[in-house]
Amino acid sequence: MSQKTIETVDEVTIRFAGDSGDGMQLTGTQFTNTTAILGNDLSTLPDYPAEIRAPAGTLFGVSGFQIHFGSKEIHTPGDHCDVLVAMNPAALKVNLAGLVDGGSIIVNTDGFSDRNLKLAGYAQNPLRDGSLDKFRMYEVDISKLTALSLQDLNISSKFVDRSKNFFALGMMYWMYGRPLETTIEWLKGKFKDKPDILEANIRVLKAGWNFSETTEIFSVRYEVGPANLAPGRYRNITGNQAVAWGFIAAAKKANMELFLGSYPITPASDILHELSLYKSYGVKTFQAEDEIAGVSSAIGASFGGALGITTTSGPGVALKTEAIGLAVMVELPLVICNVQRGGPSTGLPTKTEQADLLQALYGRNGEAPVPVIAAATPSDCFDAAFEASRIALKYMTPVMLLTDGYLANGSEPWLIPDFDKLPDISPTFVTNPEGYMPYSRDETTLARPWAVPGTPGLEHRIGGLEKQNITGNISYDPENHDLMIRLRAEKIQRISNDIPMATVEGSPSGDLLVVGWGGTYGAIKTAVIRQQKKGASVSHLHLRYLNPMPKNVGEILTKFKRILVPEINLGQLVKVLRSDFLVPATGFNKVRGLPFRSAELEREIEEILKGIK
Amino acid sequence: MNTRVDEILKSTIDVPLPKYSAKDFSTDQDVRWCPGCGDYSILAQTQRIMPDLGIPRHKMVFVSGIGCSSRFPYYMNTYGFHGIHGRAAAIASGLKIARPDLSVWVVTGDGDGMSIGGNHFIHLMRRNLDLRVLLFNNQIYGLTKGQYSPTSEMGKVTKSSPYGSVDYPFNPASLALGASATFVARTLDRDPKHMQGVIKRAAEHKGTSFVEIYQNCNVFNDGAFFQFTEKDTKDDTVVFIEHGKPLVFGKEKDKGIRLNGFSPEVVSLKDGKYSVNDLLVHDEKDTTLSFILADMTYKPHLPRPVGILLAVDRPVYEAEMERQIAFAREKRGVGDLKKLLNSGETWVVQ
Ligand SMILES: Cc1ncc(C[n+]2csc(CCOP(=O)(O)OP(=O)(O)O)c2C)c(N)n1
Ligand code: SF4
Ligand SMILES: [Mg+2]
Repeated sequence: MSQKTIETVDEVTIRFAGDSGDGMQLTGTQFTNTTAILGNDLSTLPDYPAEIRAPAGTLFGVSGFQIHFGSKEIHTPGDHCDVLVAMNPAALKVNLAGLVDGGSIIVNTDGFSDRNLKLAGYAQNPLRDGSLDKFRMYEVDISKLTALSLQDLNISSKFVDRSKNFFALGMMYWMYGRPLETTIEWLKGKFKDKPDILEANIRVLKAGWNFSETTEIFSVRYEVGPANLAPGRYRNITGNQAVAWGFIAAAKKANMELFLGSYPITPASDILHELSLYKSYGVKTFQAEDEIAGVSSAIGASFGGALGITTTSGPGVALKTEAIGLAVMVELPLVICNVQRGGPSTGLPTKTEQADLLQALYGRNGEAPVPVIAAATPSDCFDAAFEASRIALKYMTPVMLLTDGYLANGSEPWLIPDFDKLPDISPTFVTNPEGYMPYSRDETTLARPWAVPGTPGLEHRIGGLEKQNITGNISYDPENHDLMIRLRAEKIQRISNDIPMATVEGSPSGDLLVVGWGGTYGAIKTAVIRQQKKGASVSHLHLRYLNPMPKNVGEILTKFKRILVPEINLGQLVKVLRSDFLVPATGFNKVRGLPFRSAELEREIEEILKGIK
Repeated sequence: MNTRVDEILKSTIDVPLPKYSAKDFSTDQDVRWCPGCGDYSILAQTQRIMPDLGIPRHKMVFVSGIGCSSRFPYYMNTYGFHGIHGRAAAIASGLKIARPDLSVWVVTGDGDGMSIGGNHFIHLMRRNLDLRVLLFNNQIYGLTKGQYSPTSEMGKVTKSSPYGSVDYPFNPASLALGASATFVARTLDRDPKHMQGVIKRAAEHKGTSFVEIYQNCNVFNDGAFFQFTEKDTKDDTVVFIEHGKPLVFGKEKDKGIRLNGFSPEVVSLKDGKYSVNDLLVHDEKDTTLSFILADMTYKPHLPRPVGILLAVDRPVYEAEMERQIAFAREKRGVGDLKKLLNSGETWVVQ
């Protein structure tokens, strides 16, 4: 056994990359679970092609999974990776730019065949031409070693090829001092009925570990201690799963049935998949024939007294628009979850973006105000879904919940909430026919009463035609229309009495306020904290409620000399802030289908503060 | 697990079924169809049969899209939802899945249900939710003042087809059958008795029941169906089909439909060549036959088939879903959110 030194580091970013058939997402997820259980803080970002099985070896078929973990607080999946595991030349080529100078590359040498080099567009083998000299190279024939470890088992060569990712995983477990148990337990569950496959997988995993322990190739191991997380029970959770659970929790706390009407669309489909599992919770999922049917069925379910929700991405919201207007008019609860992706049109289906904010705020015919809530981190999606449901039920209104592709697929440790401490959000159904008027209103919230079919004596008709105030009868009266438009707007505005004030992270006044919303939270926070540590006068305001906004937002904005609004769009929130608050806010905009790098935000902040910009 | 809705339902279980008359189903709203419109008759017949169904008013919901026909719910003293153009089937589907206990009725037009809502229509048919669909077919867009519709005949001159429409029309019955509907019927606005009978059967069907009602729009398409509804012509242009009965028609009951291979043909019962025993006998359980009968529509040499073309049983969507929920609860117990949140890989930070 060779002598190994152990180095302690407080954060590391690893990227697993290979063909989409190489199982990189699985490898990354396993590494994540093990790392989470060790108590590190972490953040992950999968990055996979839109094609299910792109031709092997090609650049566009590369699938990656990045995990950033540490003994300190982690807010982003990492701007750059410190370690790149590349299963073939294409994976190397696509991801090399994301590797820090001096970073480590672990390559599967067997993947570097002439054919694969050519497919990746390498004129010569980068492992041989010195082009990788500034990196620490670890060349391992993973394919061959995997095959060797399975030699005496009667296993097909196809399986050997498919399990090589477990060898790589074993190596990374060794390098970062992670135990194999979590993955072995998972394998045992998965291959309960296939003892041969189970045995083979465990062997490969262990072979990767043992190889690293014995071979001379690796001389250093790294130790990443547990992070200082708040005490409690944790689990790792992705944004999509958190949205799904947030809705189940909301329905439960509302004492209602949850009804999801949805049509599959990346990156929102996993919410549909997840909710479809929970039949025993009384969750009803309806895979509709299109998005219009998805939202319409949810409105029908709400009319029947269920919590009706619909999940989709931008193109789907475009189709649902008319029905959302109907929900505004009939004043029934509904949550529309938009997992934003790259647009316009089909755009970049598997990538992230924030370009649907104006669609959420204004994208309907007529005066059709809708509350808009955005989740900030993967685990925050739970709270955001719960809150969106609360508002929908209390104010009898459709609510737009915005997440994005990054939040949806990204994951982080989540302090599991105490279910008993979540608020009761059950609505009151009217049952007394005495004086019932479908469009009378609650004095405080302006919500109309909710009478569900099946209640004797409360038979009434609703619809998309303008309503006469109080009676709900059809009315073409000009003054009544003006009144109803204002009442509907006022109802939404009053929600600002019922949401927390916005809080500034950092000093409440100063030279620069960075205002963000949605999934850019981690990147902005990291950049701002770094600048604050360097003594800069900069603070961070992150908006969860985009309509209506907390009442103190206007005042907060006046306390800073400059306002910077980074967004993964061409400047949507900045437009709203400028028009609503008449402040000279400026944008920082990159629309690459990727999350912001905190370093680029930091540079921008620095340049503004130095007066360069 | 008891939801708020369950509580309401429980509290009303003992409410006795009132003795209704047709008038109990009319509302205080002024009916705003044009005088003479066929929709009046459909409303009247529907209100007339409601008391016979044994369903309390508060358990009924009429859901519609947009069109003259879709104003229907405002005039029914039940729960009602006037939706958006074409989407009634989708709204009703969500409602019925959430609330299988309700009697749900969709009211739609030939534009609403066949054009903008065509997609929802076919998917509703194949899913077979236990609800009713009444399609008011006037072969025209009434509310938007007279454009040709997907059921208008070719060559129809309207405001949007001044040179005659070049669109080939849908036959709604064939469309429904092609989409695997389990109950398909056709009736006429000017034959109240027949309509009542058909709507009643539709109400009793377990599954999606689709009723196409030929409806006269006296303003934009007057007389579109007169040949099938008026005294002097209808006997020779319509064959009323009834389960177990041979297809006989004509003023003197002297004509019949016989199958020649798969093709229906008109035969005379007078000339001694054929007797009633040679005629096609209707079987509403026979899917293949229903296709043949529906296909007689638009064939100029054949009478228009009116009546119940098909009535078969197939599992009902929402019942299957309830079954899955019950099964999941039996296997795993009623879902416990606390357990769910704490399931899978978790760890404790001290
Ligand atoms: C999205 C949308 N597009 C168009 C219209 C206009 N529109 C209202 S009713 C209608 C056609 C109605 O025809 P049909 O369903 O046959 O009903 P009828 O009036 O004949 O009973 C149209 C095109 C609308 N209301 N909404
Ligand atoms: S336009 Fe035609 S269908 Fe509409 S109400 Fe008048 S007559 Fe009836
Ligand atoms: Mg029509």
